[in-house]
Amino acid sequence: MSNGNVFQPRIVAFFCNWCTYTASDLTGISRLSYAPNVRIIRIMCSGRLDPQFVIAALREGADGVLVGGCHPGDCHYIEGNYKALRRFLLLKKMLKNMGIEEERVRLEWIAASEGDKVQKVVNEMTAQIRELGPLQLHAIPTPDSMKECAAAACCCGEGGHR
Amino acid sequence: MSKPKVGFNWLASCGGCEEAVVDLNEGILTVVEAVDIVFWPCAMDFKKDDVEKMDDGEIDVCFVNGAIRTSEEEHVSKLLRKKSKVIVAFGSCSHTGGIPGLGNLKTREEIMDEAYLNGMSTVNPDKVYPQSEFEAPEGKLELPVFLENVRCLNQVIDVDYYLPGCPPPANLIMNAITAILEGKLPPKGSVLAPDKAMCEECERKDTKPDNMLVKELKRPHEMIADPEKCLLAQGLLCLGPVTRAGCGAVCVKGNMPCTGCMGPTSRVRDYGAKALSAIASIVDQQEEDEIEKVLATVVDPEGTFYRYSVPASLLHRRLTNV
Repeated sequence: MSNGNVFQPRIVAFFCNWCTYTASDLTGISRLSYAPNVRIIRIMCSGRLDPQFVIAALREGADGVLVGGCHPGDCHYIEGNYKALRRFLLLKKMLKNMGIEEERVRLEWIAASEGDKVQKVVNEMTAQIRELGPLQLHAIPTPDSMKECAAAACCCGEGGHR
Repeated sequence: MSKPKVGFNWLASCGGCEEAVVDLNEGILTVVEAVDIVFWPCAMDFKKDDVEKMDDGEIDVCFVNGAIRTSEEEHVSKLLRKKSKVIVAFGSCSHTGGIPGLGNLKTREEIMDEAYLNGMSTVNPDKVYPQSEFEAPEGKLELPVFLENVRCLNQVIDVDYYLPGCPPPANLIMNAITAILEGKLPPKGSVLAPDKAMCEECERKDTKPDNMLVKELKRPHEMIADPEKCLLAQGLLCLGPVTRAGCGAVCVKGNMPCTGCMGPTSRVRDYGAKALSAIASIVDQQEEDEIEKVLATVVDPEGTFYRYSVPASLLHRRLTNV
């Protein structure tokens, strides 16, 4: 952390209230330190995770997204984590085809007792994304219709990458 | 009072939207009676010059269909914005990118190579690509530049209203035109279609199970679907639950699943992610490898879920630096 030139990835983590979020509390109580690159957002269940949240986080500047839920069979709401798994597998496949490296999105089952696993996963993921570098999505173009457009040739130099 | 001046234009599109206007049938006579069509390159002999000669804001309403892929399309869009009081993005392509928007899943170079070099029936040993400028003995020839990305209309110019659909359904077009003629337009930025899911107006709604779960997902050519039952419940990848209503579920009436041309409802920020979520959550498997097996049948998730909306999606295009 002392070296200012090291890339500090921004990771958004969605942790379920009942297992992984509680586990991250335990990590703190156990005085286990982990990379400060993760911003944890508590959700009631990993099944609440809309794939839009993941893509929106990436669009708004996250270099990676971590999702944490209860182990299969342990979901507080019986089957929320199975839903999360199905969505996550398809989302991961789609993001890979869209050119986003697989390591940038990760789903982990972390029980409330596994404070050490939070530490391990966060550190591991931070290191992997540091290796990959920042996520550079193409900017979403916005209109600049006020620009004068006198001749047909005038637009040719612009457009495309913006 | 003089008649309102109306324009129609096409950009990167197939002409289906123009067909949709003709699909108004006798209704078009009422429209032609009530308005003065001042620009419609597909159907009438107007040239860009005619528009350039107009005063700013002279066109009352201009319907623009198609996405923006070339420099010419960008230029004409900006020109029409300047000359029109109201711009309506007409059809999926100008609304969210549409089929031409799938071009954002490839790079410009990949598309050029496929079209002019590697295509099955292409013979091009000298690797000749189209040029935007060419010095001929008779003088300099110009063609529009094929830009890097496809954009939907509101990424190029300010858009007032959206008429979704591929193409927009005739009744929605008629409603929009009537609203314009009567001056009863909704707030700027509105999508001129009902803000509810397509399933709501589907004839097979009652056969949709409360707890939707399927053991496998199928593609239309792999089965003959029951013509009465909910297609999603039969395992066909139907996007009705996440797609805006207004089409009257015409595809389902034809026993084909919804592909999502009407775009998202107002609550959805990224159509593809929402569609992916809806489909993945109905897979009735719990083990990772079993789920993977079912999901493997979705061979092209980005093309399936973003079929009409790659440019308007949060990602906008496939990343090209990897």
